[in-house]
Amino acid sequence: MARIKVPIGPQHPALKEPESFNLVLEGERIIDAEVKLGYNHRGIEKACESRNITQCIYLIERICGICSHSHSTTFVQAVEEIAGVEPPPRALYIRTIIAELERIHSHLLWLGVAGHEVGFDTLFMYSWRDRETVMDLLALITGNRINYGMNKVGGVRRDIDSEQARLILESIDLLTERTEYYIKVAVNESTLKVRLAGVGKLPRETALSLGAVGPTVRASGIPRDIRKDDPYAAYDQVDFNVITNEYADVFGRTLVRIYELLESYQIIRALIQNLPDGPIAVKAPRKIPAGEAVSRYEAPRGENIHYVRTNGSEFPERVKVRAPTLANLASIREMLKGGFLADFPIVIAAIDPCFSCADRMIRLSGDGKDALWDWERLRNYSIDWYKLRGIDFSNR
Amino acid sequence: MNSQVLADFLANELEAQKVNAVRERRVAAEIPVAKLTEAIEALKEKGLNKISAITGLDLGDGFEVIYHLCNDEGVLLSLKTFLPRENPSVPSVTDLFPGVFLYERELIDLLGIEVEGTPHGRRYPLPDDWPEGEYPLRKDWKGLSKE
Repeated sequence: MARIKVPIGPQHPALKEPESFNLVLEGERIIDAEVKLGYNHRGIEKACESRNITQCIYLIERICGICSHSHSTTFVQAVEEIAGVEPPPRALYIRTIIAELERIHSHLLWLGVAGHEVGFDTLFMYSWRDRETVMDLLALITGNRINYGMNKVGGVRRDIDSEQARLILESIDLLTERTEYYIKVAVNESTLKVRLAGVGKLPRETALSLGAVGPTVRASGIPRDIRKDDPYAAYDQVDFNVITNEYADVFGRTLVRIYELLESYQIIRALIQNLPDGPIAVKAPRKIPAGEAVSRYEAPRGENIHYVRTNGSEFPERVKVRAPTLANLASIREMLKGGFLADFPIVIAAIDPCFSCADRMIRLSGDGKDALWDWERLRNYSIDWYKLRGIDFSNR
Repeated sequence: MNSQVLADFLANELEAQKVNAVRERRVAAEIPVAKLTEAIEALKEKGLNKISAITGLDLGDGFEVIYHLCNDEGVLLSLKTFLPRENPSVPSVTDLFPGVFLYERELIDLLGIEVEGTPHGRRYPLPDDWPEGEYPLRKDWKGLSKE
């Protein structure tokens, strides 16, 4: 059968963010896939080098709109290690509570997107409604739905009072009930299982060799979780399970995320009930001494890692960010190979990609005289763009 | 393998320099670029089964590349190697860790470090029409000139 090359993206209805795939098809089957990224590259690592540490926290928090707390926590952890600053226990507990609330909001968002990608829009509506519960909690505690601004070097910026703690517990009870319902749906609703099982296979050995992270690797039977392996914040103070399964497909990744929600609820309950008294921050030096540190964090999508080197001045010498999506991209190709074109959107969605995170680093604009492009110029640009990739649209 | 055992292995078996068990679960060491592939292979056999990230730094008179390897016990090793300012080049480790090709691409695009033997493919993370010889993460890079 003749092979056809189909470009998908950078702008495409099946993709939530700009990335581009060239799929090689034989009939409906995907034979190979080529990935092109970088459309969200904003130069954040470079920008950090001309900002002081406090400014960097706010910039880094904006790498991603979903796991913003993940990035800021990973960064401040590295700076704290260099400066030898130990945040008080209460601060670590609050950081962890926000981290888990963020995981809940991210996983519920994912569940909705996954439902939508397979045509199960009821699930999308339900899970996004429930997600509002946790968004309200985050807004209540931090003042923001995203980009919470909770972290500073030496602790956190806002406390959790007893009324807020009561509301958190109440909301967690409601979410537990809702999540148990989703588990029932995932396990008993045969159409969902039939649609997702066997799609986007990533065998254990492949996941290991390609260095997959997060729910993607855990659904291939590998119990990799930074919260357990390399505990940070208050994770060594609470008891929870690392959720894995052996399905190694989109169905497995769905189950991992739903069951992880229950673990997050348990973690939050334990932390709220044992929340230590005391200050929420210690004073950190304005100037951070020269040094380096590597900080790891289990973000909703997997291991997030930051390397920070300081030189004794206000500005960091180097900030390196490796977000979880970048680690999972190598696996995407393997998941797509041999599958059907129609499964493409859900396979991509199943790693819960976040390309803002992955690209993070701008196409500098000129003097603005080229800012306005007419239709003909845009059309010719796109024809040339595809020609470079071996696809000719010029006579269509 | 905990950090102390790993530090001993690096110092005694691999003859790495400046081996330092920085803290629990963190080790740093330096290795000449000629022995890099060999060292990473030996470390992989010892259970450091993942490269979590590769960091490139511009030191002014040269470059530093740090391979962040980790094992299943949460130990993370930062294995550093140094490169000259002229024609900086490291061997690709994609034979051992095929998942790292995007990390190696960052070294190529952002710092202009050659990675010998990394698989061909589309550039990342800079745009396809980014001009030659412009490496944004180099310290002396001040932005593209306005033509």
